[in-house]
Amino acid sequence: MIELLKSFLGDSLFVYLIAAALPMLFILPYALVAVLLEMKMAAHIQDRLAYMYTGWHGVLQPVADILKLLQKENTVPHVADKFLFALAPYLIFIGTYAGFAAIPFSSAYIGSNIDLGVFYIVAVSSLVVIGIIMAGWASNNKWSLFGAMRSAAQIVSYEVPTALALVVAVMITGSLNLQDIAKFQAGGIQNWLVFGGPLPLLQKILIMPFTFITFIILFLAGIAEVNRTPFDLAEAESELVQGYNTEYSGMKFAIFYLAEYANMFLVSAIVVTLFLGGWASPFGNALSGPLWGFFWFVAKGMFFIFVQIWIRWTLPRLRVDQLMYTSWKVMTPFLFVCIFAIGLILVL
Amino acid sequence: MSEVKIYFNNIWLAFYTAAVGMRRTFLHLFTPAVTIQYPDVKLKLPERARNRLYVNIDDCIGCDQCSMACPVDCITIQTIKGTPDQDLGTTSTGQKKRLHVPLFDIDIAKCCYCGLCVYPCPTECIVMTDVYEFSEYDRSNLIYRYSIMTPQDIEQAKEKLKKSEEEAAAKKAAAATAAAAAKLAAPATSAPAAPAKTEPINPSPDAPGQAKS
Repeated sequence: MIELLKSFLGDSLFVYLIAAALPMLFILPYALVAVLLEMKMAAHIQDRLAYMYTGWHGVLQPVADILKLLQKENTVPHVADKFLFALAPYLIFIGTYAGFAAIPFSSAYIGSNIDLGVFYIVAVSSLVVIGIIMAGWASNNKWSLFGAMRSAAQIVSYEVPTALALVVAVMITGSLNLQDIAKFQAGGIQNWLVFGGPLPLLQKILIMPFTFITFIILFLAGIAEVNRTPFDLAEAESELVQGYNTEYSGMKFAIFYLAEYANMFLVSAIVVTLFLGGWASPFGNALSGPLWGFFWFVAKGMFFIFVQIWIRWTLPRLRVDQLMYTSWKVMTPFLFVCIFAIGLILVL
Repeated sequence: MSEVKIYFNNIWLAFYTAAVGMRRTFLHLFTPAVTIQYPDVKLKLPERARNRLYVNIDDCIGCDQCSMACPVDCITIQTIKGTPDQDLGTTSTGQKKRLHVPLFDIDIAKCCYCGLCVYPCPTECIVMTDVYEFSEYDRSNLIYRYSIMTPQDIEQAKEKLKKSEEEAAAKKAAAATAAAAAKLAAPATSAPAAPAKTEPINPSPDAPGQAKS
């Protein structure tokens, strides 16, 4: 993509700016859709209707919400650390947005085609923790701080299973470049890593249960990393008001919101790229141009957004000890077993 | 169960119960919503629903029973007695109206919708309707004035009553004087002026009303 732009515009800063802004063009409309989907699904799961008046069945409500948030006063608590308070939401969003740089949206577009893509995403998405702690600390509100602390503990714990699950995918594909990982799985639904990847049949059948378990664990750990129900201890409404973003209002709150939904898509995107073929079409070479690639990628991503929302409105929140138990005593040992077994199968 | 078995059983249960719950919520995605789009669609109220009070003032005989029944004193009624020569008409239930009702105020802000005022009404003119959307920006707008008498009407009615009372008093006085005269005539002396002067002051304007009701 960058090469294409360079051929048009020459080697200037503009090329990089445009390439860097492209995921934003996707995230903003996606966030509107996701907010609407979240509210509509929440309502329909509870047999309600949700927005009905803004546009047809309330489809314009997210736009109205954004306009409202834009007009709202930006309050800063009197005792807050003003600088950190103002910085935190942007830091969280930057941490999330930086992750999008290594995500291959289609065979023709990846923000930065680096060979350490997986590693880069793990590293950069940890920046979100700093932002969350910053927000909680700077608010000078005990509930915010509690939320931030919980969130930090949770994200740090769940980095472990996430990283281990990524290792599984890297072991099979032999590359840390997400574009390569997606290419590896091209050629139909049977080549996706959930179903064992494009390996010889015997290996494939042996490997399949382990990749499937890894895929499930990666997805769950991903949900935990973005602090969504059932792992939303950071913003446990019944205990902590709203968690680390309690004191925020107006546009800063909107940035938090945007970061949360962008993070949801980032998690879905990683799961999709590593285990569900990324932009690869499920029908082999049919319907598999670059634009179709984008379509498949977004469709798969949105499916996981749907599942995340579905889980959110179904399951209650875990207790703190259960949360840690799940991470350290269930996910991590299972992943060690998976890594060992897959390594063994690949070597044999 | 051994520790290991419990461990795996717990994991199995976590997935199984989550799946049960998610199946349930997924089915609920497709059940029709129970929401009523309120201002557009309204539920039919039960027949005996108690909401805004309405007074059919044409049927009111000014008996004041609703006001007495009211536990929060939200009904204020004033009446002016009709004079015998006036025909105030009859109610739809055929009762003869004897009192003007110059003031029939219901402070619906105070009303507790108990419906106790409805039952004593002899002409069934105060009723609870099914209207429940009557919020106002100004609280004074919630005082409903049901009387249809204009200030002139009230003035006229008062005057008429006064006149007729005066007439009645005069008649009474005249009768009294006549009686006194007759009494005096018996002993055959004449001093009629003194009682005729004092008598009309005696009955106060509302005295006859009280006596009659």
